[in-house]
Amino acid sequence: MNRPGCGVSSSQPVPSLMESFLSRYRNPLVLLAIVLAQLLGLAVQVRRPNTGKDGQQTRLVRYWVVTAFAPFERAFLSVGHGVSNTWNNYVDLRHVRQQNQQLQSELNRMRLEQSSLAVDAREGLRLQKLFGFQQQYIAKTVATHIIGTSGTDLSRVLVIDKGSKDGLKTDMPVITPDGVVGKVRDVFPHSAQVLEINDETSGLGIVLTQTRLRGILRGNAAGQTEIVDVLPDERIQSGEHVLTSGGDNVYPSGLPVGTVERVVNDPERNPYVAVVVRPAVNLSRLDEVLVITQTQNTMPATMQQDIATSEQKAADILAQRLPSVPPPPTVGRDGKPINANSPPPPVRPPASLHPDQFTPDAIPPATTLTPGAAYPNQVFPTQTPPVATVHANTGVQTGSAPVQSNLAAPRSKPATAQPKPTRQLKPTEPPTSAQHPKATQHSQTPPHPKTAQEPQN
Amino acid sequence: MEEHRFHPLVLILVPLIALFLQVYLPLRFPSIAILNLPVLIVIYFSVSRRSPIGGTLLGLVIGIIQDAMTHLPLGINGIIDCILGYLAASIGLRIDVDNPGTRLIMNFTFILLASSLHVLILRRLIGIHEQWYGLHDLIRALVNGLVGVVLFALLDRLRQRE
Repeated sequence: MNRPGCGVSSSQPVPSLMESFLSRYRNPLVLLAIVLAQLLGLAVQVRRPNTGKDGQQTRLVRYWVVTAFAPFERAFLSVGHGVSNTWNNYVDLRHVRQQNQQLQSELNRMRLEQSSLAVDAREGLRLQKLFGFQQQYIAKTVATHIIGTSGTDLSRVLVIDKGSKDGLKTDMPVITPDGVVGKVRDVFPHSAQVLEINDETSGLGIVLTQTRLRGILRGNAAGQTEIVDVLPDERIQSGEHVLTSGGDNVYPSGLPVGTVERVVNDPERNPYVAVVVRPAVNLSRLDEVLVITQTQNTMPATMQQDIATSEQKAADILAQRLPSVPPPPTVGRDGKPINANSPPPPVRPPASLHPDQFTPDAIPPATTLTPGAAYPNQVFPTQTPPVATVHANTGVQTGSAPVQSNLAAPRSKPATAQPKPTRQLKPTEPPTSAQHPKATQHSQTPPHPKTAQEPQN
Repeated sequence: MEEHRFHPLVLILVPLIALFLQVYLPLRFPSIAILNLPVLIVIYFSVSRRSPIGGTLLGLVIGIIQDAMTHLPLGINGIIDCILGYLAASIGLRIDVDNPGTRLIMNFTFILLASSLHVLILRRLIGIHEQWYGLHDLIRALVNGLVGVVLFALLDRLRQRE
């Protein structure tokens, strides 16, 4: 109610200085307040990452967002997989048979390689036990699909469709058959975030295979992986393989990481250099990954079984490829059965196709020679035609004369053998005192007519 | 200047679809990660509605969701998108931004500003040594500017007629 004499203007409230300031600068003040609040939140998160009350609240927002988006990503992915599987499994089946044969031959080759490497592996295991080393073997993995990314280059994060309900935990290694992908960072009930090895905040203990140089692999802003804080070393060459060292207590040792691409100067960490590594896995084209959920110190049973299978298969493959060894004869040449417990006959060289003076048994033993006597008639052993052997498995014919026939060949066979020119002895040479009785008998025999002549070449 | 209005569903669904595409498409097409669809959406709605506070709040929400998809602390994209939303709405009050050329220049400038703020926040506040890739960021800004022109033309069809 207005009193008489009071003007209307006096009844209206006069805006204060503060009110006019707020109304005039309302928009920038709101912006300033919101930005300041986020700055404070950033400071708290950087100060106490993932721990305490603030860390839980941070996780809560992230949990809401990832949980809200994951079903849609999973649905889109399943639709895409359904279409692609329908096409690949029912329509696009050209060259499948040929590809299957190639894979089979490749599998055989891999089995041979694995069986040959198994010997080295056993030796390595024995040495590891000897020196007290403990090798970590991958015991259990969980296969997952990648359903999303972070959506920005500043955060190399993947979202997978398995979470804590499937046994995933933080810091579990994530791999593919080609190599290391990253590690689990945040785990939600039905999804998880994987931090890739090319992120700037990731770290991975590595070792170079040839130089045995150990270091830390990190990502850079361009999405490359590089080994940082390395002193210049001329031994580091491009193409050298990089493996996990196991020193970070996250990744098992020996997993392939990549290959050295080049060595570049690091101007911010002089005099250190950075070794740029090309990842073994194409990190931008990932579809399925394996999360290592369990490791153990002993070789898993499945791995042992694989090695045993490979060794058996390798033996079969080799038996098919190589000419087989014929079974030992059960009956001798004389028709009598051979006793299995009897010692084997001495091994003699096979008969030569072109015998000469160096052929075994071509020259009589020295004990039968008489010094000063004429050289006896030289008779070469009979040439036994090679016996064709047909292998049961390969069907290949091989010509090899049996040893027994050579042994049974007569030591001297006249007429057919071509005599070789002999050394002419001087008639004035006196006989030595140390003459063998047999040699004396030889000396009494008349010399061959041809031996008395000059050697004819 | 005319203030455009949108259906509430459009204001909710379009940013969500943009966020979803941003995190899903790089799986199939890795080069698409160069796009920044959520920021383009913030710019568009801020410019169209010409409300600095509305633009700031929209930037806050979309930025926080973007941060939640990464492993970095929450607030990095939130701060950037808030500033961009505020500036876009302020510009929309003064100049006509329905022209494609103006939109191209505006998007190019804002995306370049966003990259600068990213590097600044990561270096000074988070402690991550983020490098400034001049040419790459210029290309990113140009690509986003061109995509923004097409995207804005599509989103113009969702305006409510008065």
